Amino acid sequence: MNQNNQSAEIIKKIQSSTRRGNLITYGIVLAAYIVMQSLVSTGHISSLLKGLLVPVCVYVIAAVSLNLVVGISGELSLGHAGFMCVGAYASSFFTNAYGDGLPNWFRLILAIIVGAAAAGLFGILIGVPVLRLKGDYLAIVTLAFGEIIKNLINVLYAGVDSNGIHISTKSAMDLNMGPDGKQIIKGALGISGTPRLSTFTAGVVLIIITLFIVQNLMNSRAGRAIMSTRDNRIAAESIGIPVTKYKLLAFAVSAALAGAAGVLYSHNLASLSTAKFDYNTSILVLVFVVLGGIGNIRGSIIAAVILTVLPEMLRGLSAYRMLIYAVILIAMMLFNWAPAAISWRERMMERLPFGRKKRTGEED
Amino acid sequence: MKKWTRLISVTAAAAMMASLVAPASVFADDVFVIGGIGPLTGGAAAYGTAVENGAKVAVEEINAAGGINGAQIDFRMEDDVHNQETSVNAYNTLKDQGMQVLLGTVTSAPCIAVLAEAINDNMFLLTPSGTAVEAIAGDNAFRVCFSDPNQGTKSAEYIGDHQLATKIGIIYKGDDPYSVGITENFTAEAPNHGLEIVSSEAFLGDSTDFGTQLNAAKNAGAEMIFLPIYYEPASLILKQAADMDYHPSYFGCDGLDGLLAIENFDTSLAEGVMLLTPFTPNAEDELTQKFVAAYKEANDGLVPIQFAADAYDGIYAIKAAMEDAGVTPDMSVSDICEALKVSMQNITLEGLTGTITWGADGEPNKEPKAVVITDGEYVPM
Repeated sequence: MNQNNQSAEIIKKIQSSTRRGNLITYGIVLAAYIVMQSLVSTGHISSLLKGLLVPVCVYVIAAVSLNLVVGISGELSLGHAGFMCVGAYASSFFTNAYGDGLPNWFRLILAIIVGAAAAGLFGILIGVPVLRLKGDYLAIVTLAFGEIIKNLINVLYAGVDSNGIHISTKSAMDLNMGPDGKQIIKGALGISGTPRLSTFTAGVVLIIITLFIVQNLMNSRAGRAIMSTRDNRIAAESIGIPVTKYKLLAFAVSAALAGAAGVLYSHNLASLSTAKFDYNTSILVLVFVVLGGIGNIRGSIIAAVILTVLPEMLRGLSAYRMLIYAVILIAMMLFNWAPAAISWRERMMERLPFGRKKRTGEED
Repeated sequence: MKKWTRLISVTAAAAMMASLVAPASVFADDVFVIGGIGPLTGGAAAYGTAVENGAKVAVEEINAAGGINGAQIDFRMEDDVHNQETSVNAYNTLKDQGMQVLLGTVTSAPCIAVLAEAINDNMFLLTPSGTAVEAIAGDNAFRVCFSDPNQGTKSAEYIGDHQLATKIGIIYKGDDPYSVGITENFTAEAPNHGLEIVSSEAFLGDSTDFGTQLNAAKNAGAEMIFLPIYYEPASLILKQAADMDYHPSYFGCDGLDGLLAIENFDTSLAEGVMLLTPFTPNAEDELTQKFVAAYKEANDGLVPIQFAADAYDGIYAIKAAMEDAGVTPDMSVSDICEALKVSMQNITLEGLTGTITWGADGEPNKEPKAVVITDGEYVPM
């Protein structure tokens, strides 16, 4: 009886500390939004930074959603850009084909729903065969699927006329559209002329929704089941947790959120092509996750912001900026994650008068 | 130690915030700031650097001769790594630096993305080399080079009219709008000039093995391979065809320009390669000779490619239009754009790439020219 009480108390403690951690994350996002928005409205912001606001939101959402697979479900996925690609194309097609005349915010919401649903569907389709693999094998297969998605879309031609949607994989001529037809996806040419619906506010709202979904999932019954399959698959299976089902859940939710990031991306640029969504982008998002700390949502956000803004801030160094960027990346990785650097940081923290006390093992 | 760390981190944070927030606000009233955007690093860097260098030659000449309407030009180039997103960032960076007119973007897909921003700001845009139709879809946008459809059609026309070959194999890059755009129009136009397309094979991404595509062309009996692609994969195709003892003739578009400048490339492989390009450094007219000499001097003896000539013509077109309109540096971006839009249609430019006039759609009117690579040099055909 006494033991039960104790463990109940410990659980309560952990729950309240994660809740506090979650609230801090929301707070950081909101504070950043208020600061940036007030800078924009008073005009004290450079055009460059103003232009970076939406891309930053895109990468934050992508990083948080990938963290769900890599950090929470413990699977290495290298095909995240593929899901962004699906979301971007599906939503751009939808926006260009339908929705003329509707208010912008409503068109964007519809686009996000379409993009996230399409990417989520692909997540399930790919997850069913892929999640039977583990570790490195899974990483390689997701990499391959990411490239397959990209190459499929590259040969896709699609248009819309009064008879509905026409799709071909050969050429624009094979669409056989009526005279009122409008060609939208032009194979390798991609989609151009998507109206610019993405705004910073929409991006931040989407980040908050993403955080809400991911953080609540982590602290739910399903989330604990997912984490148990990560920590010890055999033990989880032995107490009757359907491992594949829960891994698939995490994978599909992550894919849908990546799709939403893709929607935001495609509605921010007038020209969309698949070149952007190659494995380099998947790796870039993975770098955000690893640098921010695998399983650490707030870290993912901060890393995505810094690593998106940094290369643009280094423009003054012209050709050297790629080199400097790589050096800074290595230095940041070492500073954040080398054991010696971690213990040095903790010693420093203790010595600072306003510093935090040494951590007692809990993650923030 | 502790104090130092704190001091350093506070200073660094303050410096970062300052660099984030402060917009460049020192615009001189007596210079025209012309911005340029293009790939200066990455796979397409040869184009961007050529545009930068070519434009600089023109800018130096104009500044030495007294500038435009008495004002000097300040030309600033930013890198976009041939990526839409980075290109928009480069555009915003240039805007922060006070750009009034844009010479760019060098490559097509980024140009489409930047154009949307330029239309928003009503910024005058003249792309030296963005060939996609949509790259100049606004009435504020013009270009110096031919569009993709034009290049495909003109290539078929040129091959047919000069009876260079009848059986053609095409190797194109399936995920590149430039390559697909030319291929589609070439394929549509070829039958009109007695050309038969016996094989049409695509490759994707950064492929390095073209055995499949070359074998398909060889087995179909292609006498000529049409290469509407960039120079890097083209160099590999030339090498691999020679290795498999297959020696067709080659014809390409402006993307092949730059082939001879690839490091460690055996230029003897490129002997006889023909390409449609509006500029040859070996042309004997005075303008070309003067440009090539100035370009070589500024760039350690590097021979200019077509992109450099396009950029040179671009700067002079801007100058001619600005003089026609009588704009001054203290005018707003939008006012300059409104004036230049009209004046571009009034001017006739005797440029390196031909005698050019512009229509309201922004497309240039000029004659196509082709060159053949002979003894490691571009020779007019």
